[in-house]
Amino acid sequence: MSFISRRHLLTTAAALPLATPFGLRVLSAAAAGSAQKTLVLVELNGGNDGLNTVVPYSDPTYYRARPTLAVPADRVLQLDQALGLHPALEPLMPAWQDKDLAIALGVGYPHPNRSHFRSIEIWNTASDSAEVLHQGWLHQALQKTGNAASSESRLGIVLGGATGPLTGDALTTVVMKNRQQLARAVGLAANESAASGNPALDHILSVRRQAHDAAERIAAKLAKSSPLRTVFPNTSLGRQLAQAAAMIAGAVPASVIKVQQGGYDTHAGQAGRHPQLLGELAAALTAFRKALIETGTWQRCLVMTYAEFGRRVAENASAGTDHGTAAPHLLMGGRLRGGLLGRQPLLTDLEGGDLRHSLDFRRLYANVAADWLDLPRGLAAFGSHPPLDLFT
Amino acid sequence: MRITLLQHLRRLVGSASRRCTGKKTGLVKAVVKRGQESTAKPLVLLACAGILLGSGIGLASPAAALSAAEARHLLVRSGTAATPAEIDALLSLSREAAIETILKGAADAAVTPPPAWVEGWVPPQMKGLSSEERKLVRRLNRERGLELRAWWMQEMVTTPTPITEVMTLFWHNHFTSSLQKVKAPVLLYRQNRLLRREALGNFARLLKAVARDPAMLIYLDGAKSRKDAPNENFARELFELFTLGEGHYQETDVKEAARAFTGWSVDRRTAAFSFRGQWHDDGDKTVLGSSGALDGDDVIETLLDQPKTAIFIVEKLWRHFISENPDREEVRRLAGLFRETGYEIKPLLAALFASDAFWAQENRGRLIKSPVDYIVGTVRLFNLPVSDYRDLARLSRRLGQDLFNPPNVKGWPGSTDWIVAASLLDRQAMAERITGGRQSQSAQTVAMGGPKKRQAERARRFDGWLASQGADWQRAEAITLLLLPVPPVDVEILDRKASGALLRQLVLDPTYQLK
Repeated sequence: MSFISRRHLLTTAAALPLATPFGLRVLSAAAAGSAQKTLVLVELNGGNDGLNTVVPYSDPTYYRARPTLAVPADRVLQLDQALGLHPALEPLMPAWQDKDLAIALGVGYPHPNRSHFRSIEIWNTASDSAEVLHQGWLHQALQKTGNAASSESRLGIVLGGATGPLTGDALTTVVMKNRQQLARAVGLAANESAASGNPALDHILSVRRQAHDAAERIAAKLAKSSPLRTVFPNTSLGRQLAQAAAMIAGAVPASVIKVQQGGYDTHAGQAGRHPQLLGELAAALTAFRKALIETGTWQRCLVMTYAEFGRRVAENASAGTDHGTAAPHLLMGGRLRGGLLGRQPLLTDLEGGDLRHSLDFRRLYANVAADWLDLPRGLAAFGSHPPLDLFT
Repeated sequence: MRITLLQHLRRLVGSASRRCTGKKTGLVKAVVKRGQESTAKPLVLLACAGILLGSGIGLASPAAALSAAEARHLLVRSGTAATPAEIDALLSLSREAAIETILKGAADAAVTPPPAWVEGWVPPQMKGLSSEERKLVRRLNRERGLELRAWWMQEMVTTPTPITEVMTLFWHNHFTSSLQKVKAPVLLYRQNRLLRREALGNFARLLKAVARDPAMLIYLDGAKSRKDAPNENFARELFELFTLGEGHYQETDVKEAARAFTGWSVDRRTAAFSFRGQWHDDGDKTVLGSSGALDGDDVIETLLDQPKTAIFIVEKLWRHFISENPDREEVRRLAGLFRETGYEIKPLLAALFASDAFWAQENRGRLIKSPVDYIVGTVRLFNLPVSDYRDLARLSRRLGQDLFNPPNVKGWPGSTDWIVAASLLDRQAMAERITGGRQSQSAQTVAMGGPKKRQAERARRFDGWLASQGADWQRAEAITLLLLPVPPVDVEILDRKASGALLRQLVLDPTYQLK
């Protein structure tokens, strides 16, 4: 299922002002971007239950804390002597065996906040728990390096959820939910730049200009690519990742693509819902990997999940789990070393009934910024962190 | 004696141009298009035109009669649209009288009859159902959910008192509950009825009723909260989102308050509020320094005693009706008034609308229309025929505001978040569709599709709408003032006769997204 029909694109491409100097610049930039690396962020909205994702199956404390929700030891997909994946994640096992999957354990931050909104804001902005920032961590990282001033600013595409980590003007961020929107964006008037002195109007004008410019860049690339052979699951996440794969395979010069899977806020009746969510996640990621391997672009892609928090160790009386703290996160990509990253937080050393994080998410982000986005090491935005040996 | 809009505009032209240039420079010569000229004189003209379009012109004291632009501002901010007839009706009034007119008609019930299924509904007992039957229940809920959204859309379009619906939606966005979690559309209908009943009523009463509302009890898991395992979800949001705001309480307050609400549940057979004594924790608790065998109402009283609660609500109303930057002193003053009246909402709104900040020129056109503002406002302004209100509900969802289904308990983030590339494009597409399409713009036309004949019909309807307005509204300046809060970006407004084509351009202008 391709992101956009060929016929549609040909119509679109015909409307592009190719003869203008701007059109020429876009094309040359696109040609230079053929080795574009893309970071694909997957937001697990609501706060994924980490303990039922990467299960500490040899720990009796886990089974005591989860009398109805625990995953039986004989059903987990063993990763080592202590940890195993939830059986619903079975489709990910080939990636694990091929070392295309790394699992960062106990990811969190000090003084965790248990509000959805505040905590996702902390993750989005890579702030301290008590510090309120408004710009996304990607914006901060790029801005510190002077990228914002460059005329070839990096392109970010949001296919699901809020702009979150991309918020800010250091990236050109486009939110696009379907293919019609791309065609319309190409046709937008973009003659006015933002400088009205009215922040609301400036926002609208700047969105309009960005949408137009970015759509031109994207449409030009997609017009030349062939449709994907891989069939993606017909779920919201599956459709988003199908679009992402079409863009990467089509050499759209996007530095970041964000997708979202919702529904993880499992306060009640978790036993039915959570495995379904994990199953959808695994199926969509597996199709995504297959599509990129097929098109020879898997080496240029890094997938990373994130969420506002994990969930409390003990299940609640509604057969669900309440807001917690640290949780594992998945990284996938052709250049990863794979395997487990960091160590699993101890169930016997809790803080108010919650896990203590063992890996600060900003350490992960700092390393992704340096080793994947090729930004200088030690950016102030993330604090100072030791390296993680993520890539081969 | 009522002055006509034309007389009014003439008066404005004279005084504003005198103020700006000291000589007689008519609006007729003013080029309103922004950013095109860089010499000094056009800038002066531009400033004049800006004053004219934004009106107010600073001369009118609060007791004087409203200008057309002021009437428009009040109507659009307190409702969703300002029609020529509604503006005319306010022109002879002072600010205070106009505000009173807007508020006095506020209703506590909808005029649109609800879907028939809201009566006599009993909650399905899912446990006894086969998977086929469950699927059927889910399908029925989906269909009814859409009918419920359509019902509210119709009410918002046809209500005689737009402020009632604006405030009902404000509270829906404050005391959020979603169909996604609650499932049963009837419960969301009942919650909506409650929100409308107190929309301009009393906040303290509303808060206590919401805490017992079955949709809320299900949405934030209170229904299942028992003394041996209190669920903290409702208590946390009660502090963080409904009353105090983050940073004004401790984690222990949330935990203790959760205990106080244990046993507030929902009857399985009737889906009504039910207090389960055996689930209630009647032990001592301490919440925000007040101790005792507190129950839920005690916690709510404690929260209502906190000055921060009134400030929190007033700030939110300020952001909704005035600007993104609440004035601290003014908020404090209004919050004081709010508490003195025992949390009466209507006098608070009257004071908010009467504040200088509400009328200030720098706050005009500084808010972004929500999808509901945009859709309902456009339909109301042009009196567009709606054959199926479900279409409006679907469109609103597409634009990012799915009624009865806010994205999370914090509600729609609103403000600049309403406009991202995707939603801007969808808004433009809607504008093109209702105004009869754009004159052949390749990709646009392709994306729009639709038979040419229907587009022509729509275009004719717009011409017809304009023709049916009074003589005062036939000039380009007047129609621009009607449609836009600030001068347009893409359109040049010269002295000319208004036309259907100009209307279409104005609706497509970025400034049409502002209110």
